[in-house]
Amino acid sequence: MTEKTFTITADTGVHARPATLLVNKAGQYESEVEISYNGKKVNLKSIMGVMSLGIPKGAQITISAEGTDEEEAIKGIEEVIKEHLGE
Amino acid sequence: MNVVRTKDLLENFNLALVAGKDGIHREITTSDISRPGIEMTGYFKYYPAERLQLIGKTEMAYFLELSEEEQKDRAERLCTDVTPGIVISRGMEIPQTMIDAANRSAVPILHSPRKTTRVISRLTNYLELKFAPFTAIHGVLVDVYGVGVLITGQSGVGKSETALELVKRGHRLVADDSVEIRQEDYDTLIGNAPELIEHLLEIRGIGIINVMKLFGVGAVRNYKKISFIANLESWDEKKQYDRLGLDEQSMKIMDVSLPMITIPVRPGRNLAVIVEVAAMNFRMKKMGVNAAEEFSQRLTDMIEHGKEEEE
Repeated sequence: MTEKTFTITADTGVHARPATLLVNKAGQYESEVEISYNGKKVNLKSIMGVMSLGIPKGAQITISAEGTDEEEAIKGIEEVIKEHLGE
Repeated sequence: MNVVRTKDLLENFNLALVAGKDGIHREITTSDISRPGIEMTGYFKYYPAERLQLIGKTEMAYFLELSEEEQKDRAERLCTDVTPGIVISRGMEIPQTMIDAANRSAVPILHSPRKTTRVISRLTNYLELKFAPFTAIHGVLVDVYGVGVLITGQSGVGKSETALELVKRGHRLVADDSVEIRQEDYDTLIGNAPELIEHLLEIRGIGIINVMKLFGVGAVRNYKKISFIANLESWDEKKQYDRLGLDEQSMKIMDVSLPMITIPVRPGRNLAVIVEVAAMNFRMKKMGVNAAEEFSQRLTDMIEHGKEEEE
């Protein structure tokens, strides 16, 4: 399993549109990808799940991936986060 | 994880705060409730200090019979640093010694007008619910003919579409995509939607729809006990699927094992009808009728009968 933690710096937090970008990216990989925030963990390929977390600015999130392409998945998602959401 | 504090009890129950106001932010860490009867006699060896303490008529009557010295001693030892509160039932008058001890050590004393047993059961129910084990699962929960069906499967396999078709056929949506599940008792799982996405459904190509506003209040439920799991998976030519229904699969969520059926998905299969029939079949089994077993019995009879005729 590969894991990475990020901090959200975007003012709107993980709002609907950026959430879609994340989910679409995660959907490109075979691996099981999950996002956890505030003790809750959901499937990153599920848009409603990700939005149900209501992640605000300043939040710490952890992305984890498990599967044959887990490292690529984390890398790809990292790019999306860095571009749109935080660091 | 839920944190329960003494002030939550004040807000949710008909309780009055009598003393120890500084301690209302104390955390309650267990759903167990203690009735400190034996402690009143001075035996504190096994005193469960971290529990909520409940003083009923018996404990109070004994306490009042003690000398003032003894009363002070017992009250002081009851009010420890970790005691979240002392509840006094039946609206009984509270002795000054107890109030003083509570104020000194900031242990809240809560006054209830109700009978002791009633107070215990209501507090226990409330606390058990708050402390119930909790998890979230990727899936869709629907109420089909009163049976809670949790539809699981890979992203994009058609869970939400199946739910939509079920809603269209008059069933009810509980949660789409992310189901929050809590375990009640040792054998019951209750599912609900995260508040933010309650009554919403996401359909690829349309986007987010509000099922309650589109289909009416009859098309949704806020929570539902989960009875079985319907796992959707892409049809795998090499895999053997259940053809008889004699063997039962199951899946474990927290401590509860739920019956599970695996439904292979292929274009042209109407999944909603299959889930609907699975729910009806589940109900029928609960009522004692098992089609697969009945058939198996009939086949056994026929084979036995054939053997006899040959002889």
